[in-house]
Amino acid sequence: MKIKKCLYVNRRAPYGTSYALEAIDMVLIGSAFDQDISLLFIDDGLFQLKKGQDTADLEIKNHSPAYRAFEMYDVEKIYVSKEAMAARGLKRGDLLVDVELLSDSRIKELMDEHDVIFSF
Amino acid sequence: MSILHTVNKSPFEKNSLESCLRYAKSGSAVLLIEDGIYAALAGTTFEQRVATAMSELDFYCLAPDVKARGFSSSNVMNGIKLVDYAGFVDLTVEYEKVQAWL
Repeated sequence: MKIKKCLYVNRRAPYGTSYALEAIDMVLIGSAFDQDISLLFIDDGLFQLKKGQDTADLEIKNHSPAYRAFEMYDVEKIYVSKEAMAARGLKRGDLLVDVELLSDSRIKELMDEHDVIFSF
Repeated sequence: MSILHTVNKSPFEKNSLESCLRYAKSGSAVLLIEDGIYAALAGTTFEQRVATAMSELDFYCLAPDVKARGFSSSNVMNGIKLVDYAGFVDLTVEYEKVQAWL
């Protein structure tokens, strides 16, 4: 069977809603099924990758360490919108994993190149 | 008597902050909580909008929500006061009523 190229599109900030956590769960499950996985962070989604998250005072789980574990599941293609970063005053060094910064025009093509798109 | 306005949505995703700023009367206060704290960060496209509103409104931001999202007081714009949960309670007592912009 052909291995499908799957793109997980993350558009929401962490903690305010459960989208980010659900995406993590689904990526980890997908990685067990020989999918060719890419992650894309656009809009507020890139706040999920912000370094130094500390949820102790909120008494909820900090799920950001999971992004660093993705590498062990062969999830290594992580893309972030350059424009979304600039709008939020963030730089590559503010993020907790190594990402590839793409222009929004390049992201159009990226979406086109994938077989399946999962939206969060 | 003045109102404490709370905003819990990201300004990049929802217009809750915009509506709040449009209707908040001079002398009232805005407390940014949950995903609303992204409006308090320096260097975003909303910084100027918030800075302008500061001339008429007092801005507060809930520190535990800032910390949870990986930011610290050094990322928060000058002029926005950070409060903890006890400070949140104090604000609700200090102002006559609370209006939540969801």
